[in-house]
Amino acid sequence: MKVSITVNGKEHHGDVEPRTLLVHYIREVLGLTGTNVGCDSSSCGACTIHMNGEAVKSCTILAVQADGSNVTTIEGLAKDGVMHPMQTAFMENHGLQCGYCTPGMVMAAVGLLNENPKPTEEQVRVGLEGNLCRCTGYHNIVKSVLAAAGSK
Amino acid sequence: MIPAAFDYKRASSAAEAISLVSQYGSDAKFLAGGHSLLPLMKLRLAQPAMLIDIGRVKDLSYIKDAGKHIAIGALTRHMDVETSKVLHEHAPLLSHAAGHVGDAQVRHRGTIGGSIAHADPASDLPATTLALGATYVVQGPKGQREIAAANFYKGFLESDLAADEMLVEIRVPKMQGAGWGFQKFNRRAQDWAIVGVAAWRRKNEAGVALVNMGSTPILATSVADALAKGASVGDAAALASNEADPQSDLNASTEYRKHLASVLVRRALEDASK
Repeated sequence: MKVSITVNGKEHHGDVEPRTLLVHYIREVLGLTGTNVGCDSSSCGACTIHMNGEAVKSCTILAVQADGSNVTTIEGLAKDGVMHPMQTAFMENHGLQCGYCTPGMVMAAVGLLNENPKPTEEQVRVGLEGNLCRCTGYHNIVKSVLAAAGSK
Repeated sequence: MIPAAFDYKRASSAAEAISLVSQYGSDAKFLAGGHSLLPLMKLRLAQPAMLIDIGRVKDLSYIKDAGKHIAIGALTRHMDVETSKVLHEHAPLLSHAAGHVGDAQVRHRGTIGGSIAHADPASDLPATTLALGATYVVQGPKGQREIAAANFYKGFLESDLAADEMLVEIRVPKMQGAGWGFQKFNRRAQDWAIVGVAAWRRKNEAGVALVNMGSTPILATSVADALAKGASVGDAAALASNEADPQSDLNASTEYRKHLASVLVRRALEDASK
């Protein structure tokens, strides 16, 4: 089935099986491997991307459902070689350990601040409930998000 | 994990969706947000031959004040239920419960109609709308019919919906200032409830429903009846453990679930009585 999906500002036309998951289209067809697959069951959030400006889990969306939509992946956050403030905050606050959850964590965090620009620590923790860090490095992840929000 | 192969059609209206499902019969499933169906398909617990994507039927995404009740389009997303000013005012129990479905990413995709049509006893919104005395409007080839939430749930993942019918609207009576409480007991923030409770109370009237206490969401009528007769919250809540005979599973034994039901009903009713 023909799909047309704008990813990181560039329109892509593809022909996919209906069962193709959006995350597989992004990783395997477009070659954008920054988006990770973790649990593959919409629990861990490693595959979080933005679809029409909102954080969603791309392992639980069919590519055909995303037809006509505007997708941003972790690769689309930096502009002209300059990292997004959330990426900078994660770097400066050591908001990652092994790094596997990081792309999804950053995308979820950017989505959270879009909806709530000045969250409290509690709101950050609740807001990121859909993202699991297998290193259990939540302390610095929360610190990073608060720093990016200028809340601390 | 990739689902088994299926054919895919996109419907642009409820009528088109029903015409398509009538054509393909029981091999077809409706796809709304997909956050219940796609995980089942990836595990191959569901293998529909045809998916009818109703996710773009935009005129079924709304929240309207209809006088005595609030009308919610079946394709309204959890996030929109959670943040609706109309629901905050007239059915705060429902908007609060919607905010506890899954996580933010799931709530951006999942829909209230999908959750109810899926009829999972562990989901928050079937029990919450049951507690509130909601009516579900379903549409089939012959037109629309209304089903009281209390008559909708028939068994585990089974409802009164016929194969060629589609849930189109949820009608929630206005709470008229009733107090309410929502309890969700789980081990991790985003998990399904091990046991959950949705409850409201207005003078001697009350509605209490239980999440994950049986093969369907359970309306705890004995609790509401006891309150109506003047029982204390504690005495009424104690009756909740006898409302159902829940399964034992990895998370909780039958006895533990029954104990939790009474404790959580008491807490929910205490919140509702404030």
